[in-house]
Amino acid sequence: MSDAAKVLRSVLLTVGLPLVILVAWWVLTANSTSYFNPPLRTIVGTFGETWFAAPSGEGFGESRFVHDVVPSVLRLLSGYSVAVVVGVTLGVAIGSSRALRAYAEPVLEFFRAIPPPVMVPILMLFLGIGTSMKIVVIAIGCLWPILLNTVEGVRGLDPVLRDTARAYRLGRVATVRHLVLRGASPQIVTGARQALSVGIILMVISEMFAAKDGLGFSIVQFQRSFAIPEMWSGVILLGVVGVLLSLVFRAVTNAVLGWYLGYRQSQHGGA
Amino acid sequence: MNRVSGRRTPAWALGLAGVATLLLVVEIGPRLGIVDARFLPPTSQILAALADRLGMPEFWTALGQTLTTWVTGLAISLVTGVVLGVVIGSVPVLRAVTASTIEFLRPVPSVALIPVAVLLYGTGMASTLLLVVYASFWQVLVQVLSGVQDVDPVASDTARSYRFSPLTRIRTVVWPTTLPYAMTGLRLAASVALILTVTGELLIGTPGIGKLLGIAQSSGAVASMYAYVVVAGLLGVAVNVLARVLESRALFWHPSVRGEVAA
Repeated sequence: MSDAAKVLRSVLLTVGLPLVILVAWWVLTANSTSYFNPPLRTIVGTFGETWFAAPSGEGFGESRFVHDVVPSVLRLLSGYSVAVVVGVTLGVAIGSSRALRAYAEPVLEFFRAIPPPVMVPILMLFLGIGTSMKIVVIAIGCLWPILLNTVEGVRGLDPVLRDTARAYRLGRVATVRHLVLRGASPQIVTGARQALSVGIILMVISEMFAAKDGLGFSIVQFQRSFAIPEMWSGVILLGVVGVLLSLVFRAVTNAVLGWYLGYRQSQHGGA
Repeated sequence: MNRVSGRRTPAWALGLAGVATLLLVVEIGPRLGIVDARFLPPTSQILAALADRLGMPEFWTALGQTLTTWVTGLAISLVTGVVLGVVIGSVPVLRAVTASTIEFLRPVPSVALIPVAVLLYGTGMASTLLLVVYASFWQVLVQVLSGVQDVDPVASDTARSYRFSPLTRIRTVVWPTTLPYAMTGLRLAASVALILTVTGELLIGTPGIGKLLGIAQSSGAVASMYAYVVVAGLLGVAVNVLARVLESRALFWHPSVRGEVAA
């Protein structure tokens, strides 16, 4: 097969099925008169207007995208970063000490097992319904997967490497940086990946409870006012946000974990 | 925790001490006024509220409803995930064609479906089931897919040259390789399904523990709200423990049960 044919083939394979699904959706709903299942044409038609147009022609800066989507994503990123920093720091501390681990593990297991959305009503008591509540909800929900995976990763470090580091008298900071964080990073990334999905869920949920702006808020608002095509456009937009975030995450992972992925690939015989 | 030697404090004692510390801090904090008792009642009041709930028939009904939704959703996603995963994974063409679609649909947050579910199914169990199945199906499917991909090519070729029928091949070659992955998928899906079950009850109002929590919240019954949170947490712990036991039971023959967890 020539190179051009190969490229064509992979492009076809990638876009083929999604295209078929979209066309099917488009055709099947084209004459839909169902109130809840508007034609895809209508949804696409309202998409731009709903999210990117200003209410009264005041320009892009007043659009829902700037007013609702951007704040949501910013809250997600702040909560998520807090969770990463706190989770990795605590995780390294807990993972490095046997006694601390045994002491904290049952409590951590309990907190991890609490479905994170349940924390929203509690945090609303303490923090009201403002931005800080939402950031804290996201941070707390994201914390457990990162923390517990970091603990696991640190615990699973090769003891020979630890002894080597000690024999070479690596300082504490250097040990943490080059040995502990490096060695635990595959596990930390696994936790961070789980945390990202939890974070997106919490971003939406915290806005569905009580908010004055945000993506989740807008979608519920549309649903309650029976603006069905707009609601569908919101659901699609939320899906796109989720997909984009996971693409960014994968790019970051490949950059950070390049050495590990390459190592694994060579172990699997280049498969 | 087998490495614990006789001289050291055993792990379970330390763990117990950890739990005791938590209970003590929550008891003393509000009593000393460090935390507002209206927001965080002391442990004793939370436990009293919890004991109250345990005596109420509504509580047990709600618990049963939550568990029913959870089990049903999990079962649906497990069966569809395993079947589709094995079929798609064993047929290279299907795999290539569906890869991009799966990659696209998987990160779509399930809560995006809440408004759609409410419109289509109202506040009944079906609404929450939709969320639960959507969220946990991908966990199973993706794990099974990577499991099928992990099948040793030599074993697979050997089976083919002995002219095993496709079904026998799946049963004797594909399945043993896939099972550890499927169990990991089950474990992840079990806790995701619980999260979405309670979320659906809380936000949509499907009957269950989450709904009772929502009612406690809106009526300002803070202690019973905490009691429900504790119940939800214990439910989660039970689910995790159960999934782990099941995993090690099903994989007792597997040489590296431990190594698969993070893969």
